Amino acid sequence: MIKHFRRFLLAAALIAAPAAFANEGGPHLDKAPLNLRDAESLQAGATVFANYCLSCHGALNMRYNRLQDIGLTEAQIKANLMFASDKVGDQMKVAMQAADAKSWFGATPPDLSVIARSRGADWLYTYLRTFYRDESRPTGWNNSTFDKVGMPHVLWELQGVQEAEYKVEKNAEGKEEKHLEGLKLVKPGLMTRISEDGKYDQSEFDKRVGDLVNYLVFMSEPAQTKREQIGYTVLLFLLFVLVPLTYVLKKEYWRDVH
Amino acid sequence: MSKLEQIGKDTLQWVDDRFPLTALWKEHVSEYYAPKNFNFWYFFGSLALLVLVIQILTGIFLTMNYKPDGTLIPGTNVSVAFASVEYIMRDVGGGWIIRYMHSTGASMFFVVVYLHMFRGLIYGSYQKPRELVWIFGMLIFLCLMAEAFLGYLLPWGQMSFWGAQVIVNLFASIPVIGPDLSTFIRGDFVVSDATLNRFFALHVIAVPLILLALVVAHLIALHEVGSNNPDGVEIKKNKDPKTGIPLDGIPFHPYYTVKDIFGVAVFLAVFTAIVFFLPNVFGYFLEDNNFIPADPLKTPPHIAPVWYFTPFYAILRAIPSFLGTQVWGVLGMGAGVVVIAFLPWLDRSPVKSIRYRPTIYKVILGLFLVAFIGLGILGALPPTGTRTFLSRVFSVMYFGFFLGMPFYTKLGQTKPVPERVTDTNTSRQVWFLFWCAVTLLGAAVFAKLV
Repeated sequence: MIKHFRRFLLAAALIAAPAAFANEGGPHLDKAPLNLRDAESLQAGATVFANYCLSCHGALNMRYNRLQDIGLTEAQIKANLMFASDKVGDQMKVAMQAADAKSWFGATPPDLSVIARSRGADWLYTYLRTFYRDESRPTGWNNSTFDKVGMPHVLWELQGVQEAEYKVEKNAEGKEEKHLEGLKLVKPGLMTRISEDGKYDQSEFDKRVGDLVNYLVFMSEPAQTKREQIGYTVLLFLLFVLVPLTYVLKKEYWRDVH
Repeated sequence: MSKLEQIGKDTLQWVDDRFPLTALWKEHVSEYYAPKNFNFWYFFGSLALLVLVIQILTGIFLTMNYKPDGTLIPGTNVSVAFASVEYIMRDVGGGWIIRYMHSTGASMFFVVVYLHMFRGLIYGSYQKPRELVWIFGMLIFLCLMAEAFLGYLLPWGQMSFWGAQVIVNLFASIPVIGPDLSTFIRGDFVVSDATLNRFFALHVIAVPLILLALVVAHLIALHEVGSNNPDGVEIKKNKDPKTGIPLDGIPFHPYYTVKDIFGVAVFLAVFTAIVFFLPNVFGYFLEDNNFIPADPLKTPPHIAPVWYFTPFYAILRAIPSFLGTQVWGVLGMGAGVVVIAFLPWLDRSPVKSIRYRPTIYKVILGLFLVAFIGLGILGALPPTGTRTFLSRVFSVMYFGFFLGMPFYTKLGQTKPVPERVTDTNTSRQVWFLFWCAVTLLGAAVFAKLV
């Protein structure tokens, strides 16, 4: 009997899980300020990436010399961005072993080569800015976009410390429940400021995270700017040369068909 | 005659004495008489051939750098196969354009083939004497579905892996032999490197070979009986007594070759717009989750097939399991595809074209279109109570269209079919645009609301 009941529960959970997921709107996402033609932003993003991300995450499919696409020279790449490798044609591999990473963080940090294509720029931009202090977590950090995330707040030095603000509400059974309402900057970092009246300014940090996300989007498909450039030429040719030409040709051939 | 022309003529004669080159060219191209009243719907046959060529050519170049290897690259959670696709996207010269052409081609193949099939449906192109043309076409469609499913595993992303897992598990629901059969298909107890390797072999060799042979058979059968047309009039009934050429027929070359080249130009404009500006098509042609490397331990919360399978997937999900087995859904999905092949024998109407069919048929066809598109939208979304209910209603409508056909096609008053083909006119063009707009708008509103 109990066995049957367990089976029923499992089946119910399996059926309910996707349905619950479908109803869930997900966290609110801020719009990432993307501009793949802004070389300055991409270079700033690449710097943040090499300094903060590459220690734990790899970008297996990205080669250092591809950074020439965003206006850097080989010498600049070698001097400023290559910490884990010495050959400019190398891929952005991570020195940390996957097995070690798993024991340290609970999961292997994902490869970031195409992370912007699976997560989307807006999600990344929001996620990287919503870490908050949570002593119950092993790393001491939690994230309001990705609850119970294994990753610590790597950019805390720049952002400072945020704390969660909760709203206490009674649920249907009359019990009090804590709901995360928002995040508040309590300790400024190198790129944030708190003024005396308690207001804080994160615009410089937001800008830098925007640069990083811009870079991640570039890295997820380095050919995309070129792709669009070629696309304009191809479409102009098709729409203004080939389509009209073949149309006129067809008309000419079909003149005697009645 | 110049010397060069003489050499050309002699060479052709030399070949013709040994191989019927000129005869084949005449039979299938320059003296194949097609009705002169082909409209918009008749572009999609030649476009399907174009996409097939695009897929084969780009596919050949992809295989030069793709590695069907599911093992993980040491120190990472990325497989060799997944990385080889990204290698093509970045490090292979022109690789990204070849890959995007192939991925866009896969979806556009289905766009073109669905429109091609719908053409057959509205103008009764499957009716006698074109039953075999339709059967070969259906076999092509089955091969195409297999080819698309097999190819979708190759990037070895999360959706590749779990999509294959779900579909192969469907076979496990077949009584008695099911579990062994699904293990046989996978070559392992789970989707694994062995599965990837065999799917690769089937995708690049086995299925394309069958596909090509079927396309040849489809065309030979078509050229034997001649093309249907929007009026459903047999042009062979009215031949010029002197020449024996159908009065309403025009040689395929040059008339339809130049017309189809125009169609190709317009199609390429759409195709390249996608390849260069919107290769993902909002996650429908290339799904976001498939940029996550396959992880056998992490089931994605929502697994949906690519858009072209969603109508049949919705039928699968709509049918509940009973008598302790889920095989009914699988059978329903299979039947949903196979039933289309029986159209020539289900349709009892004396006329072919929708132009001369009674209103009741037009209404039922409209309902069928609603059901098919509705199922397509529902199959892409996670199930809810309402959605499952709607899927069931649409599934009944879908099968009702086919199974009720022997009865309702006898109802109503058909309009007289003219002796000779008619030209299109403004009224028809306006109605065509109107119904296109209604269909697209209706689909969009339904997708938004449901």
